[in-house]
Amino acid sequence: MTVTAVPAHATRQGTPGSHRSNHRATSVALAMLAPAAVLMVTFLIIPILLTFGLSFTNARLISPVPAKFIGFDNFTRLFQNATFWKSLLNTVVFAVVIVPLQSGLALGLAMLVNAKVRGTNIFRTVFFLPVVTSMVVVSMLWLFMYQKNGLLNALLAKIGVQGPDWIGDPKWALFSIIVMSAWQAMGFHMVIWLSGLQTIPGELYEAASIDGAGPWKQFLHITWPGLRQTMIFILITITISAFSLFTQVNVMTQGGPLDATSTLVFMSVRTGFLQQQTGYASSISLVFFAIVLTVSLVQRYLTRDKEAKR
Amino acid sequence: MTTITVSSAEHKTSTRRRVAGWLVMLGRIVLAFVFGLPLVFMIVSSFKPDLQIFSDLGSWRAFVPVGDLSFDNFVGVFGRVPFARFLANSVIISVATVALGLLVNSMAAFALSRMQFRGQKAVLGVILATLIVPFETLALPLLWWVNQLPYIGADGFSWGWLDTYQVQIIPFVANAFSIYLFYQYFDSIPRELDEAATVDGAGWFRIYRSVIMPLSGPAIATVSILTFLPAWNSYLWPLMAIQTEALRPAMVGIDYFKQMSTSWGQIMAYASIITVPVLAMFIAFQRAFISSIAASGVKG
Repeated sequence: MTVTAVPAHATRQGTPGSHRSNHRATSVALAMLAPAAVLMVTFLIIPILLTFGLSFTNARLISPVPAKFIGFDNFTRLFQNATFWKSLLNTVVFAVVIVPLQSGLALGLAMLVNAKVRGTNIFRTVFFLPVVTSMVVVSMLWLFMYQKNGLLNALLAKIGVQGPDWIGDPKWALFSIIVMSAWQAMGFHMVIWLSGLQTIPGELYEAASIDGAGPWKQFLHITWPGLRQTMIFILITITISAFSLFTQVNVMTQGGPLDATSTLVFMSVRTGFLQQQTGYASSISLVFFAIVLTVSLVQRYLTRDKEAKR
Repeated sequence: MTTITVSSAEHKTSTRRRVAGWLVMLGRIVLAFVFGLPLVFMIVSSFKPDLQIFSDLGSWRAFVPVGDLSFDNFVGVFGRVPFARFLANSVIISVATVALGLLVNSMAAFALSRMQFRGQKAVLGVILATLIVPFETLALPLLWWVNQLPYIGADGFSWGWLDTYQVQIIPFVANAFSIYLFYQYFDSIPRELDEAATVDGAGWFRIYRSVIMPLSGPAIATVSILTFLPAWNSYLWPLMAIQTEALRPAMVGIDYFKQMSTSWGQIMAYASIITVPVLAMFIAFQRAFISSIAASGVKG
């Protein structure tokens, strides 16, 4: 990349000797940009390209033989693998359930703590505690609570309900992971919704209540339209993180029982790391990447109005 | 007649408002239990012997430190695995990632915000475009790639970064979102300040170090928080890149610990030690934490 000095600072001020200081500015700019640029190319850009490249090879993680180009073999093999389709289905189900569940409940939380009443800050803090707790710890804790004789079933027994084997039963395992994941991340999206809510001018509500609009009408005609950008952002971030589901599965179920909780990332780790088939794992990553890209393009499409106006 | 209707209507709305207020409060309290109690349960259980943890499950006792309390579980954690080492590793890795990240990303943002060169817009565009790529998509190709990289260390030249400290730090130093946050913040600092410094004979690096960075406290706090949490919590990457026990961070250690110990009390003690400091930090600096998270909402 050529980086040439363009009339910068010094020229604008018309200081003498601007030519020399321009040269210096360019080399200083390059020097300050260089560490980040080198690191991003090495650990981000090249791996992105490698995801494409390696998925058409038989590369292995540790191998004395150089990788060979094998065309679409990884993909044919992948599309014939039942675990792949099961993992894709689980990932999609997880995303489809958790996106509305988590974003809707998070909006409810945000509205509960939006009012400036005494004690609001305490509640906001408590709702946010799981967000700063690592997903590994949350998974361990819930694995314990989800035991057949664990906390959850003990509490259910109090009200006369016989709880299932949450994690051990293929019918309940994915659902249990969904509930736990929503519990962990909801506070995060509550804060994002809150910052959206606070951009809506209070006068709008005053005007509406003078016109006799009740709380529901105010929500429908003022709050909801005002949150459109926030909503799109939240939907995208939850969708992408839902497709990245891994930690919970690895800690709690190892993909089981009977592949009931296997996901795309879990499968790519299993093949690429445990079985060392980097090429094959890259083809899974590529499918995952294509999904994420599609989701982001849909987001671009949905937000195009606002960007055009800018 | 009119007065009566008005006052009864007023009365009605004020009752309705009061009822709504109570409902909001009730909702808040119930939810506070839902979000807070599991963590309380974790911490309380870490002080109880396993037998008592299970016998307490069906009652309020599960959430209260009562009965036979001791530090036995904590002692057990340190006795069973090199836990102090795991903790030290996590601290080294997250502190190094945050510190190097602050330096590298703020310098890049400074160059992009304050200096002009050809290709600047394109560089910024590429940086922003990478924001949509989740780490999980590149984890496997990256694992293969770091194993091909050369490395010069204390014991000379070698190939492959697997099983080292730097493989847990260096790939996560440059961060597109940190650059973006710094860039945005630097752009809000008036340019007259650096012009004044230029007149006084300060060079670009001097302006960065003595004018811009001292004014960027809030951005530094935000970037520190947003890079510390994922570094401290990182799991997928060290799980694959680290085999040696001595280099393992605490998050991966808990998995390994669970294979060694079937005592839930000890597992909860382990989980509490790696969680409580972060929770305490959050409660102490909650304003900064919450505004950092809100800042991450701008990357739409």
